[in-house]
Amino acid sequence: MEQEEDIERMKILAFAEQRNGKFKKAAFEVVSVAYTLAQQTGGEVIALVIGDSIDGIASELGEYGAHRVLVVQDPKLALYSPIAYARIIVEMAARENATVVLLSATALGKDCAPRVAVKLNAGLAADCIAVDIQDGDIRATRPMYGGKVLADVKITTPVKVLTIRPNVFAVQSIDGTRPQCDVVSVSLQDADFTARTTAVTIGSGKLDVAEADIVITGGRGLKGPENFKMLEDLAEVLGGAVGASRAAVDAGWRPHGDQVGQTGKTVSPTLYIAVGVSGSIQHVAGMSSSKYIVAINKDKDAPIFQIADYGIVGDAFEIVPALTQEVKKLLGK
Amino acid sequence: MNVVVCVNHVPDSAAKINVAPDGKSIDKTGVAFVLNPYDEFAIEEALRIKEKHGGEVIAVSLGGDSHKETLRKALAMGVDKAVLLKDESTRDSFGVATALAEYIKDVAPDVILCGKQSIDADNAAVGVMIAELLGIPSVSVVVSMKLEGAQAIVEREIEGGRETVEVTLPALFTAQKGLNEPRYPALKGIMAAKSKPIEERIPSQVAQKVEVVAIRRPPSKGTGKIVGTDVSAVPELVRLLHEEAKIL
Ligand SMILES: Cc1cc2nc3c(=O)[nH]c(=O)nc-3n(C[C@H](O)[C@H](O)[C@H](O)COP(=O)(O)OP(=O)(O)OC[C@H]3O[C@@H](n4cnc5c(N)ncnc54)[C@H](O)[C@@H]3O)c2cc1C
Ligand SMILES: Nc1ncnc2c1ncn2[C@@H]1O[C@H](COP(=O)(O)O)[C@@H](O)[C@H]1O
Repeated sequence: MEQEEDIERMKILAFAEQRNGKFKKAAFEVVSVAYTLAQQTGGEVIALVIGDSIDGIASELGEYGAHRVLVVQDPKLALYSPIAYARIIVEMAARENATVVLLSATALGKDCAPRVAVKLNAGLAADCIAVDIQDGDIRATRPMYGGKVLADVKITTPVKVLTIRPNVFAVQSIDGTRPQCDVVSVSLQDADFTARTTAVTIGSGKLDVAEADIVITGGRGLKGPENFKMLEDLAEVLGGAVGASRAAVDAGWRPHGDQVGQTGKTVSPTLYIAVGVSGSIQHVAGMSSSKYIVAINKDKDAPIFQIADYGIVGDAFEIVPALTQEVKKLLGK
Repeated sequence: MNVVVCVNHVPDSAAKINVAPDGKSIDKTGVAFVLNPYDEFAIEEALRIKEKHGGEVIAVSLGGDSHKETLRKALAMGVDKAVLLKDESTRDSFGVATALAEYIKDVAPDVILCGKQSIDADNAAVGVMIAELLGIPSVSVVVSMKLEGAQAIVEREIEGGRETVEVTLPALFTAQKGLNEPRYPALKGIMAAKSKPIEERIPSQVAQKVEVVAIRRPPSKGTGKIVGTDVSAVPELVRLLHEEAKIL
């Protein structure tokens, strides 16, 4: 087809997020998606890492398809500062003539992308769950109305900014050659730090629901905070995180940071187990893109069963401990 | 401290959403619209800033006449003034942010508050875009906030924890649940809000940068499998997760 010859070779700037010198899984997802797009257009993936003393990890991104990696490092960039980071991303996009800037819709990516888009005079497609090439152009799919509808969107500006929802896209390891890594220096000014992160507190070091591959969520059906222990036991054998419905958070049983749903976090793990959660529209808004959903609820008519792949109708207090035992058996623990 | 709060008018979170015949928008028939839930936290914070530091709170919304309903709610909660940037056109985040920034620039407030996200298009972008257009700092997904002179010290939610951010005012903040407990409008406030004027302005037009090509209902999962009705179903569930779903 004639059109295919017109496909522009995409130069994609993939922002690879790291924390404390370690890439987030989301970083590999971004590079993997960039690689898939580049493959389809004969384009190039230029990954960008920002932080302090991170040149040592940059080449890891080759494994996921980065052709080159740009490293911007400075002690002042150890923690995320919105204006500084946005300016660096924009400068690197300009330096490389990138036509696509890809970030993950993490706390950082969601904060930074709108600034980057405005600076580049680019359209922004936020929190995408599918990104494809159609007629030589990017077509993205993103949930709206809390996942009640999916929208296919087209960015009409020459430069395009997209954020992709964490945990949705597969991380693909390819036989990449070692990428060329360039440490690029940028001059930082006071004006870049009018919003400056001074501290990061990570609660108890436990896995966050938004990042976990397996999430076990408890709702009002758990009756009290002490009963979340059984979910934690299950989470431990599965290597997952424990989430909570708003009812459980409002009752003071769990911190707000654990809340899944419209006014909490959006999660899309491989496995989501809802225990004593009715499956309200607002709860489902935050977890409907999970790959497999298991529901445990004593009410057979609970709406959660309508979206569950597997359900057990019954008492959580009997089922969860039995499930933990059974999983232990399977995993030989 | 003068504060501008941006408020959006969105379908109630419990509303059933259907695709309109054009295949690109939602069918609004029978859908109840409300003040965007996150914007309630933004209004509450604005009122608390005023109560502590003095000044004026203006609520602004971009949209059609229906947005007046949401502005009245803001007035009922206690904002001093409400402004409608009257516009019925379809705008993307940038278009909305441009109109709001244009208005806010004139007012030149010390603090701008938005919600973390509108629960319609779920972009979570307008707030930060306004800040960028105004050339001021911003912090999104804020869960605690303290003003000290020309500075704000705020905490924002990130994966697994919080970031503490120091910001020079004027600045924009987007509110996350947990920032405060929004007040219920008192009857007196509701009555007074009915007769308060809502200023109207016409924002300038901007070309769209992002177009919705089509919207659709997500593919239904099909009816899930009820594996069993008591604890005896557990081994079968584990087998399915292991062999069928291949996740264990
Ligand atoms: C604007 C707005 C935003 C919201 N945002 C969110 C949000 O982000 N997240 C969220 O979760 N909610 C949110 N909600 C609240 C939502 O509407 C529901 O009220 C909430 O999700 C209910 O929580 P739940 O499922 O734990 O409780 P319930 O609805 O009370 O359900 C409890 C379930 O437990 C089951 N149960 C009871 N005992 C047992 C047992 N022994 N074993 C097994 N099952 C048992 C019951 O059958 C029932 O289905 C929001 C609401 C509004 C209006
Ligand atoms: N039409 C609008 N009028 C006023 N404020 C808006 C409008 N749209 C979005 N906002 C503000 O921007 C925030 C984020 O919205 P969004 O980027 O649409 O998710 C909302 O919580 C509001 O504070």
